[in-house]
Amino acid sequence: MIRLSIPARQALGKLTLPVLIVGAFGMLLLGKADTLLAERARMALADALAPIYAALAEPLGSVRSVAEQAADLWSLRADNERLREENERLRRWQGVALALDAENQRLKASLRWIPDPTASFTTARVVADAGGVYARAVLLSVGPNHGIRKGEIALDERGLVGRVTEVGARTARVLLITDLNSRIPVILENSRAHAILAGTNGPRPRLLYWPEGSPPQEGERVVTSAEANAFPANLPVGVVRHSASNAPEVEPAAMLSKLEVVRIFDYGLDGVVAPEAPTRPGLRVSAGPPLGSR
Amino acid sequence: MAAIDRRPGIRPRATLGRRLDVTARHAFPVTCTILLMLLTELPFGFAAQTALLPSLTLACVWFWSLYRPRAMLPPLVFLIGMLLDLMGYLPLGVGVLTLLCTHGVAVRWRRQLAPQGFALVWLAFLPVAAMAAALAWALTALLTFRLIPIGPAVFQAVLSAAIYPVLAIPLAHAHRGVADPERA
Repeated sequence: MIRLSIPARQALGKLTLPVLIVGAFGMLLLGKADTLLAERARMALADALAPIYAALAEPLGSVRSVAEQAADLWSLRADNERLREENERLRRWQGVALALDAENQRLKASLRWIPDPTASFTTARVVADAGGVYARAVLLSVGPNHGIRKGEIALDERGLVGRVTEVGARTARVLLITDLNSRIPVILENSRAHAILAGTNGPRPRLLYWPEGSPPQEGERVVTSAEANAFPANLPVGVVRHSASNAPEVEPAAMLSKLEVVRIFDYGLDGVVAPEAPTRPGLRVSAGPPLGSR
Repeated sequence: MAAIDRRPGIRPRATLGRRLDVTARHAFPVTCTILLMLLTELPFGFAAQTALLPSLTLACVWFWSLYRPRAMLPPLVFLIGMLLDLMGYLPLGVGVLTLLCTHGVAVRWRRQLAPQGFALVWLAFLPVAAMAAALAWALTALLTFRLIPIGPAVFQAVLSAAIYPVLAIPLAHAHRGVADPERA
């Protein structure tokens, strides 16, 4: 260790904070100039922390489920009543759905319809909230040899959750449809009008750019559109709700606030990929073949 | 350094266990801050869990910079800020800058504030929390070239102010107990 005189050491001590503040400004610039650097650092950190999170998520989940069970016991009777009624209604709908499905199959057979390829999927546990004050995302713990790639689509049991934006060695980050940076091509189911679903960081993303003459109706279902080849058609997204200021918003079908398990689907789409410099070598080593080679 | 070590005189060399004890006590503020940060990332399922990480970090850095600046040195604050940026998905450097500014303010006001009671320290923390949230908001907006809603920033400031008393009680106990090198 270098021995310094006491005044010199004091002077150095006083200098540390200003120098580090300048360093922080440098980091701001660096982060802006090379966004990949921050992304890789984040995924490396997430990979390192994922085992801890995964280990802690299990007991945490059981504690939560015990609490939920206790709450369920309270509302058992009311729930039963409601479920009986809902079951009755769904049974009627099931009949209708089966008849429609059979008719659909018959019509498709007579039209020589090329069926959509069935997508392969992996199921992954949500281990941490990967969002921040100004971002909405979740971190998934996936096995070491996962084969998940950027741009794949995450769904929970009810509807669209988001897209995979960053892939690490054993983690993947899914940007939720509510994030400020999320833009999704959608179709309004009744009018078949195209629109864009834009996240606002709030619980309900907004609808933008619908064609004139077919405004989104309250309660209308919204599904994904195959336009731009980023999503397959007809994945359920949510229903239209109008905000207090009469702007059309979408209430997501997926339970984005309490995600526990999501399925990552590989539809083999290569339309719009999350931004990344494709020429950098070695980046996709863990993420399977490059997108262009399919 | 324990009080006995400041007195001149010849003493036997401190044993390994004692030196480890002193080091652990010195490392306590930073370690507990980082552990608390990691805890906030677990999927508890609260409504606004994402605001917890920056608020908690700010309160921790403020507390330890005020009462134990020798254990919360600027380079360590820099490190904590970097962790905050990476874990909180803020633009790189935003957390570092806000935490360093908070640390600077705490160290500057230390002589006046540290002897005061809890209420006054908390009162002084309110504008600091507001300024930190405003700075983070402004920098994020500037770096993403976009006007982001101000709601989350306001919420973050309020949460920081609200979380400080909850955090200060156990931290004050630790400050006098497990984190005190004099007791090694």
